[in-house]
Parts: sequence; C-alpha cells; structure tokens
Amino acid sequence: MNKKELKVNAIKDGTVIDHIPAKDLFKVIRILKLDKYNNQITFGTNLESKKLGYKAIIKISDKFFEDDEINKIALVASDANLNIIRDYQVIEKKTVTIPDQIIGIAKCFNPKCITNNEEIITKFTVVSKKDVSLKCHYCEKIMDKAQLIINQ
Amino acid sequence: MKNKSLVSINDYSTEEIMQILELAKYFEENTEQNLLAGKVIATLFYEPSTRTRLSFESAVQRLGGSIIGFSDSNSSSVTKGESLKDTIMTVANYSDLIVMRHPLDGSARYASEVSNVPIINAGDGANQHPTQTLLDLYSIKKTQGTLKNLNIFLVGDLKYGRTVHSLLLALMDFNPIFNFISHEKLKMPDEYKLLLDARKIKYYEHKEFTDIISEADIIYMTRTQRERFSDQLEYEKTKDTYVLRNAMLINTKPNMKILHPLPRVNEINIDVDDNNKAYYFTQALNGVYVRQAIITKILGLK
Ligand SMILES: [Zn+2]
Repeated sequence: MNKKELKVNAIKDGTVIDHIPAKDLFKVIRILKLDKYNNQITFGTNLESKKLGYKAIIKISDKFFEDDEINKIALVASDANLNIIRDYQVIEKKTVTIPDQIIGIAKCFNPKCITNNEEIITKFTVVSKKDVSLKCHYCEKIMDKAQLIINQ
Repeated sequence: MKNKSLVSINDYSTEEIMQILELAKYFEENTEQNLLAGKVIATLFYEPSTRTRLSFESAVQRLGGSIIGFSDSNSSSVTKGESLKDTIMTVANYSDLIVMRHPLDGSARYASEVSNVPIINAGDGANQHPTQTLLDLYSIKKTQGTLKNLNIFLVGDLKYGRTVHSLLLALMDFNPIFNFISHEKLKMPDEYKLLLDARKIKYYEHKEFTDIISEADIIYMTRTQRERFSDQLEYEKTKDTYVLRNAMLINTKPNMKILHPLPRVNEINIDVDDNNKAYYFTQALNGVYVRQAIITKILGLK
C-alpha cells in the first residue's frame, strides 16, 4: 500500500461515520455542516452494503463529535455507526439515536406553517423514534420521514 | 394562568379550564364590572372574522377596557411588508394583552415567544382556536349541568373542522361517548380515533342521522364547505344528508341542545331556530363571558 492510498483510506485521529444510506449522504453533510470545516474530510459513496444496498462513508480527521451533535444525523441515517480513531486504531464504536427535539435542521412540510413564511428557527418534537415522525412546535402538524426536508 | 399566553387548548390543565368556566359564570351573573379600567387590549386581526373580533371587543368594553388594533391586514402596516415579529414587538409596547387572529398555522405560538405581553390566540390558520373551545365547554356545562358522561354528536366536516377536533380533545377527560356523523370523505381523522382508542373512549361512526339521535345530549353541527369536494355533483347529492330539521328532533332527550360555532350556511334549517333545543345563538353570547374570564385571568385581575 503506497502512502497516497493510505491518506484516502485511513485516518490517524478522528471519526469515521459508516453505514449512511448512499442517497442520504448529502443530507448528513448538511446536518453536520461539514462544508464549514477546515479538517481533512473524505467521502465515499455508492459502496456496496448488505444491509443498505448502497452506503456512504465519511472520514473526518481530528474531529470528535459530542453526542448531541452527531445524534441529529439519525433523522436520515438511523443505522449509521461511528468509529472513533486514535493513532490509526478504532478505540470506540458508537451508534446514533434520534434526539427528543430537533432544532433548526428540518423544514416543516406544511406550506401554511409560520416557519415557512417568516424567518424562524424550526423546532420539532420527535413523536416516534421508530418510524421518525416529527411534530412541529408551531403549527402542531405531524410529518413522517417521507415528508422530511433538511434545511440547506 | 397569570401572564401566560393562551395559544392552544392544551396550554390549560383540566383544573384551569374549570376555573375559566367558573369565572365565566360569575361574569354572566355580574355583567357590570370595571376591572379593565386603564388597560389597553390590542386586537390584531390579520384576516377578517367579524364575529370573533366583536365578541372579544364586547368582552373588553363591558369590563371598561380600551381597544386598539386592526380588523384586516389591508388596513395595517402588514401590507407594507412588516414581519409578524416586528408588528408584535411594537404592539406589545402599546398594550397589556394582544388578541390575534392570523391565517398562518403556528403564528400565535410564535407571537407568544416574541411578545412580552400575553397573547390570546383567536385562530391561527387551520390550527387552534382555544377560546371557541372554552365557550363550547361553557355552553355544554351550562346546559347539561356537567361535562361528565355525556353523549356528544359531532356532525358535518369532521376531517378539516378544527373546532370539533379541539372540542373532542378537551372532552376526553370527562368520560364522553362520541357519535360522528359525516360523509365518507369528511370522516374524523385516524389520529383522533387512535387517541380515543388509547383512552378506551367509545365512539361510533355514521353516514347519516339515525334513530340513535334520541340518545344525544349535545348535537354539535358544523359547516360542510363546498370546496372540500373535488366532485361538485357529489357535494350536491350529499349536502342535504347533514341538514338538521325540526322534525328530526321529536324523540330527542329533553335536555338535548344543538350547538354550532356559527356562521351557519344551511346545515341547520331555520325551522329549528324556535325549538328550545336550539342553543347556537346563546352559545355565541356565552363567548363574551368566557372571553371576559380568560382576559381577566391572564391579566391577574381575577
Ligand atoms: Zn409547522
């Protein structure tokens, strides 16, 4: 294995997020705001996966997420798991769980909701973690996973 | 309840609801009051609802308060593109309490978060209209002597009608039996039926008025809007099925009362009006007492 390949495939310290559904990779990027980072980040997508069909993977050097921060991705990637890397070794594995409240990530599906008509940070209560349904704090409507739009 | 906004009926506990109903009774019996002297109440109506606005304004004026505001968004700075937040923050400087009606869902919750005076939601889009629910409860309690163990008939548009949904939620704590009468397309949504199932509350669905109308304690009528039907022929065919007529009331219970949030279109025939079971106009009057109670509770004056 040459040095160049090693740089793409492995990281010395940081986090590897695995088992992201391939179609949801960009949603995960937006949720974690990875476009704002200066860290070295590697993305891989359309990798074959027994469980998901096609999966994506994200490797972020020198970044260790707080639970609150990383759990948000469970909205779109509930099967994602995390490998925490120190000195090329996996020192911890984690899964993600949907938080009780979702603030400022998703857009309300109701076009008549005040949050879609005035500049307001959205807020949802998670009414079901199993099939991901969210209740808007403002219009009180409940949306399911199919109706979920992640903010740009 | 002091300084607490009323956005949704769920903001009040059962105990708080009972306190409001008690106080409304007091205002019905003691109409001359000057509790709001020196207070300014803002009524911001972003869409016209003359009935609700006049009821609030009557409540305020009977208590000696004064009113500022607008009755539709064309006559206000809203037309100049001011945000809801800016309007609320400004008006909060000029008033002790804001009554707001707005076409967008969730606008009242948002207003309550940016305002430093309490907000009373007088209808936010298709979402909530809690003062209507409280006046419905008052009317039921007043005519039946209790809210408990009643057989409630909900008739008409049960799918989109927010009034019936809020009333159903509010009555769940009082061991009711529900009978739903509606067109197939306007049935009570599953989410409400699931709630009733979870609480083991009995409900029955019907496509038309049946003989069991004789079991009703309350018949709550609502408008069926023509716009709800994509097939106008179907609307024409079924609209008369949900019209209440005087002849249908012959075998109803003596205590039974007919309620309607008004305005009606044709769903209660005018031949019902003279029947002493017709209660909808008194129900509207009760709205004034209930709004007096809500305002004075929130301002900590009672
Ligand atoms: Zn919403």
